Amino acid sequence: MPPKASRAAFGEALLELAATDDRIVTVDADLSKSTMTIGFAKAHPDRAFNVGIAEANMVGIGAGLALTGKVPFVCSFACFIVGRFETIRMSVAYTDANVKLVGTHAGIAIGEDGYSQMGLEDIACIRALPNIPIIQPGDETETKQAVAYAVGHQGPLYLRLTRQALEPVSPPGYRFQLGKSVVLRAGTDVTILASGGTVSNALDGATRLAAEGVHAEVINAACIKPLDEELILRSAGKTGHVVTVEDHSVAGGLGGAVAELLSEVLPTPLRRLGVSTFGESGDPRGLYAKHGLDPAGIADSVLKFLNR
Amino acid sequence: MARPDTARLQATARACRVQIIRMLAHAGSGHPGGSLSVIDILTTLFFNRLRFDPKRPDWPARDRVVLSKGHCVPALYSVMARAGFFPESQLVTLRKLGSPLQGHPDRTALPGIEAATGSLGQGLSISLGMALGLRLADSPARVYCIIGDGESQEGQVWEAAMAGPKLGQPAHPLDNLCLILDYNKIQLDGFVKKIMDLEPVVAKWKDFGWPVLEIDGHNVEQIDKALDQAEATKGRPTFIVAHTVKGKGVSFMENDPEWHGRAPKPAEAIRAIREILGVSDAAWGDYVKTDRATAAIVAELERLEKT
Repeated sequence: MPPKASRAAFGEALLELAATDDRIVTVDADLSKSTMTIGFAKAHPDRAFNVGIAEANMVGIGAGLALTGKVPFVCSFACFIVGRFETIRMSVAYTDANVKLVGTHAGIAIGEDGYSQMGLEDIACIRALPNIPIIQPGDETETKQAVAYAVGHQGPLYLRLTRQALEPVSPPGYRFQLGKSVVLRAGTDVTILASGGTVSNALDGATRLAAEGVHAEVINAACIKPLDEELILRSAGKTGHVVTVEDHSVAGGLGGAVAELLSEVLPTPLRRLGVSTFGESGDPRGLYAKHGLDPAGIADSVLKFLNR
Repeated sequence: MARPDTARLQATARACRVQIIRMLAHAGSGHPGGSLSVIDILTTLFFNRLRFDPKRPDWPARDRVVLSKGHCVPALYSVMARAGFFPESQLVTLRKLGSPLQGHPDRTALPGIEAATGSLGQGLSISLGMALGLRLADSPARVYCIIGDGESQEGQVWEAAMAGPKLGQPAHPLDNLCLILDYNKIQLDGFVKKIMDLEPVVAKWKDFGWPVLEIDGHNVEQIDKALDQAEATKGRPTFIVAHTVKGKGVSFMENDPEWHGRAPKPAEAIRAIREILGVSDAAWGDYVKTDRATAAIVAELERLEKT
């Protein structure tokens, strides 16, 4: 399988699922070519609604559609859709409307457009709402399964997708389950939890670490909420050191969720890798290197963390 | 629609006003002004217009009411109780711990509430989505959304205003949606005109493509006639500007911003109920002897005063 952006895999999955499920509709705010719902819109023009550049209205319309039995995928860049947090909080979450919120263009990996288009706080915001699961798939296989899961899930849900292509990381026969994570590489010295755009970099970082004699366990945490607490605690108990790697603010994202879990249940030395400044324009690889989210940066941080 | 039984609707609205005052006095907080301004609209909707079944609040073909100005939910609770969604005795649990009668509407707590509202500006977008979903399903159901004038200062209202006449076109126009403005001219901090005037409100909505009707929002015949006209209007949703009086029916609450968000004390509540029922102070003692339901409410308020 060649690398594919999770937004592209989402667009394909949606089209496929919609063929046999006429409850599925889309609501976009002038970004359907970027969120990749455009294929669905062309195949089902009567079920695709573009409300123009009005994201709060988009979210509310999605809630209303859900309340009449539709399964709306409400899509924009992660920063723009979650930027309408108050509408999500009331019209979707508190109303318990069966809306599938889709935030694409997650993180600094969008590159050249710069900070204004980067979703860097979305996980932190949505995590604070009690009834919205957060799924950030790590590759095409996982994305397609997560989209199928989202259709069947009763209640609101947030799907966080990338602009950039993702290397395949899912093991053969992988089946997505809400609240379950998967060990992609077993190890004994340190647990690396990654999600979305950083998973393959974490795997490559682990390969570098192996050359230094450090055996890292790499876990794909596609489910940021609910976390796979059992798996994370088991791995942390074994390795004694945990590192989270995410293309999101270091505050309130996967790292925050893991910090909350470990500090309450199994205090374990933890290093959170992510973005601690505003983003900026640049090529995605250069940005990942600058923020220490590339394989070399991840390996370096782990070695320092372990005092090697 | 049949001609409304005006006297019956007016009597129902009076009874609901009494319940609004009663529940707010027991809650000790809440919003009487806007509840009293919107109650004639809600009464006409629930008792002369809507298709619903209180025993099946999730009936797919039901008409929907989205009270976007969610702080006025006491008015909605009063008509829902009278319509049989829950017993009127439950009204006094408003805002109390564990009650489904939350301070602002909670869909998950009380069957019959269509959406969580109260964070202002969001109800019209939800209503657009509902109206669209019903059109897509070829449902005969209609959607009624009620917004406030202060609420209309929210930007999301205007995103939705722009979308209303356009969304779903041409196959699924949202002519199953009727938007009603409870134009009582007062918001929390004072008079709308002084804080951030909406005028010219009719011209604004016409320019956004909505057919606009202007009525007296306390005249049930005018309300009903406008709802008829809205239902007969094809191809676009209709906007009804209902001119109302904040605190309508209680002399000391009418047109006073103070009563936007303060509950009456028990003695004030008893006086308010007497005024709503149109009984003079001198005749009140004799009246209460003849109206057992009101006597019970008054006795309950007198007990509340002592606690």
